[in-house]
Amino acid sequence: MKQPNSVPTSELMLRETASQTAGPYVHIGLALAAAGNPTRDEEIWNEMAKPGAEGELIEVVGTVIDGNGDLVRDAFLEAWQADANGVYQPEFDLKKPFNSFGRTATTFDHGSEWSLKTVKPGPVAHPSGQLMAPHINLAIFARGINIQLQTRLYFEDEAEANAACPVLSRIESPTRRQTLIAKREEADGKVRYRLDIRLQGEGETVFFDF
Amino acid sequence: MQDHNKRFVERDRNWHPPAYAPGYKTSVPRSPQQALASMQQATASELTGPNFRHLRMGPHDNDLLLNFREDPTLAGAAGLPVGERIIMFGRVIDQFGKPVPHTLVEMWQANAGGRYRHRNDRYLAPLDPGFGGVGRTLTDEQGWYRFRTIKPGPYPWPNDPNSWRPSHIHVSVMGPSISTRLITQMYFEGDPLIPLCPIVNTIKDPAAVETMIGRLDMARSKPMDCLAYRFDLVVRGELQTFFENQ
Repeated sequence: MKQPNSVPTSELMLRETASQTAGPYVHIGLALAAAGNPTRDEEIWNEMAKPGAEGELIEVVGTVIDGNGDLVRDAFLEAWQADANGVYQPEFDLKKPFNSFGRTATTFDHGSEWSLKTVKPGPVAHPSGQLMAPHINLAIFARGINIQLQTRLYFEDEAEANAACPVLSRIESPTRRQTLIAKREEADGKVRYRLDIRLQGEGETVFFDF
Repeated sequence: MQDHNKRFVERDRNWHPPAYAPGYKTSVPRSPQQALASMQQATASELTGPNFRHLRMGPHDNDLLLNFREDPTLAGAAGLPVGERIIMFGRVIDQFGKPVPHTLVEMWQANAGGRYRHRNDRYLAPLDPGFGGVGRTLTDEQGWYRFRTIKPGPYPWPNDPNSWRPSHIHVSVMGPSISTRLITQMYFEGDPLIPLCPIVNTIKDPAAVETMIGRLDMARSKPMDCLAYRFDLVVRGELQTFFENQ
């Protein structure tokens, strides 16, 4: 019997539309420039921060590697991160110097690296009240991936915060926690962090369910 | 912070396709072998997401009959793409039936011959000079979206010796947070290739496959102009949390 103000139960709930792989040509739809196609006036792409954005300008790069150790050259990634003050900026607007959301991709060019130009995020509070270490949420879509893989990128030079992070430290295997930590590089006077995402096998990246 | 007052209905990962689905061969080396790390409690990082109300759209971003001209000298009827003219429309709602307004819906597809405008697609069916195959729009106040396009053709792909994808349109929806983010494919009602497709068959429950099928809707078609297909998208339901940390 249905109560007038009852919390809906699963029988009364609709089922989520089922996921499917983004397939080999995801770039024509979601990464037009990477597909070599004409772009529209405004595209959602990988320059999340422009000069003038508050915080430390950084580049975040990496590859995606499959279970055979081969490069995945048709991946599409989405990034979601807080600003330098640890605040999410949901209003996407290319006129702003910083957007919390960005997209990138690997292709058959350029060593098949993805790259994001952004600022280092500030720490965000966990519901427990503790602070989470600075991180970028990443979702990986590609041919052969039936539902996106969700992960987080943390920063090597935040060792103390990483050790205290209530999400990172909840991962049971300390060895596997390391798969989320991007290595710091300095190139041409710019700070760059590198994280290779391993989909399967040795050094397999931690993927989350939330 | 207000985002801590909500959560999303847990994703049913037996309903969605599993990562490892060997009938779809590329999933074999691209599926994690380790269990997903479940977050008992999503944080602001997962409960928030972008909104695109300030993304400046072009006037034909949702009209694939008009939004691509390879040859700028083509004009008028000569520049229209070849194929079945269709309207694709529907509503984005959450699992409680609540409309999802102002959310970004994007789509991409092959042309009428099953050829994608992508340098890696070497299928011998030709490109259409009047067709690009990409669209985007925001849902309205009630969660409705619409595109105008041509019906894509099936195409062969190297999976089994003779695998063909059913006609399909890739569909991407953001919803209210990165937790509701979804990429799927719309198939066309009655297509006999649907039950043969290794990608469709990554999904075990036939009822889940039904959620991906666009339905012919004569009422929304335009006489002497184009047919219409309805495709509703359901994203994870948004709940308020009660008694959190009290």
